[in-house]
Amino acid sequence: MIAFDYIRPGDAAEALQAAAERPGARFIAGGTNLLDLMKLGIERPRHLVDIGGLDLRTVSETPDGGLRIGALVSNAELAAHPLVRDRYPVLSQAILAGASGQLRNKATTGGNLLQRTRCYYFYDPASPCNKREPGSGCAALGGFNRIMAILGTSAHCIASHPSDMAVAMRALDARVETRLPEGTTGDRKLDTLYRLPGTTPHIEHTLAPGELITAVLLPPPVPGRHHYRKVRDRASYAFALVSVAAVVAVEDGRITQAALAFGGIGTMPWRDRAAEELLVGATPGQDLFERCADAVLARAQGHGGNDFKIPLLRRTLVACLTDLTEDAR
Amino acid sequence: MPWIEADESVPLTLSVNGVSHHLDVDARVTLLDALREHLQLTGTKKGCDHGQCGACTVLVNGRRINSCLSLAVMHRADEITTIEGLGTPDALHPLQAAFVETDGFQCGYCTSGQICSAIGMLDEWRAGWPSHAGAGAGPARTIDAAEIRERMSGNLCRCAAYPRIVEAITRYAAGEGAEA
Repeated sequence: MIAFDYIRPGDAAEALQAAAERPGARFIAGGTNLLDLMKLGIERPRHLVDIGGLDLRTVSETPDGGLRIGALVSNAELAAHPLVRDRYPVLSQAILAGASGQLRNKATTGGNLLQRTRCYYFYDPASPCNKREPGSGCAALGGFNRIMAILGTSAHCIASHPSDMAVAMRALDARVETRLPEGTTGDRKLDTLYRLPGTTPHIEHTLAPGELITAVLLPPPVPGRHHYRKVRDRASYAFALVSVAAVVAVEDGRITQAALAFGGIGTMPWRDRAAEELLVGATPGQDLFERCADAVLARAQGHGGNDFKIPLLRRTLVACLTDLTEDAR
Repeated sequence: MPWIEADESVPLTLSVNGVSHHLDVDARVTLLDALREHLQLTGTKKGCDHGQCGACTVLVNGRRINSCLSLAVMHRADEITTIEGLGTPDALHPLQAAFVETDGFQCGYCTSGQICSAIGMLDEWRAGWPSHAGAGAGPARTIDAAEIRERMSGNLCRCAAYPRIVEAITRYAAGEGAEA
């Protein structure tokens, strides 16, 4: 780990000022991902602004009936929160399907959104990686790419986004609240926080330098049943090979609401609104679910070692939709 | 608090097992290394040093974390509990005694992390925190093996003593743990 300057501000204004003072400064919260990468020399921040002392640890109802989740709320607290379990169970399920008890106690809401890929080649400084070292190439393309993405990839990067929590948040139409160094606030859809790799896989999000995530906002809960279904190589404490976050409502034998997001398959937490539109108004059934999978996978591309994700996602999605609509049929 | 420059050491007071310790460390020192190398509390083990094995698990304000993935300087205001704070060779913590009774280890390297993790895990269970294993949690129910396995998945045992680790935690939870 290279040496760094360190500061622990007492509030958000101080944190923003500190980050603005020293260009290239990074915010650190739980540290479960950033410190890991710093030990390996993959992240090399010269200035660390420790935001652990900021008052961003509350979950509260918003006037419109939604939820405001402070950026420093731990993954464990969020998954256990009564309002989350009651109104957004897919979010609680997704968080509990990821990491370990110890990591969930430390990892934060904002940090989870910004965690970096677990691509083996990104983690191996001896391998070329356009994300770690722009222009060096992508060792995953012709390498061992079992865990890599099948959607949103480019000729420069096929790394998958590792978060479970962010997948559920995409299905829930979450928004991200930020504060900028000049004192203004930002508000963007989670969909627009992330960037596809394209020719610049090292640029993963749309945050400006020194922009701080202060909260995630969930809209009022929509009617429907929630489910997060994750498939992985071991029963616990493993990243998703594929996962599906689904919120589906059925009334009078027809699907009236469908939100679907996917983990393990995309270079960012994936959502496909065209696939959802196909479901709404239709009668649930195997054929419909297969067509929905066709839509999600229309542009999917395997890279050899991860070809299996295409049929695996199809089966996982069909199984998930079947579970959610079974007793309504 | 102003910036601490990269070439400066950080004066720091850490409260560990109820005792305040004054340290002067590089900002890069992890909580794990502060405990082991600066305070000679070597009961907490370094396994992978990357948050994957759980050997370094300690309790911070009662919650279990991987001490390898946290900087010592982040814990000025916290109360840290390590295996040394739970029991002693002459007065074992009941969960330590349960590990001895059930032979819940082979080499023993992961054991202090397993025990600290299990203490934190059972507090989470009693607080009603849910898990991926899916059963509802709470003081009214006795924790079962499926819940223990899921909730303890962040603690690896290369000797694969898992059946007896689960047995040790089950026995403890049924006795002392239930009264807490």
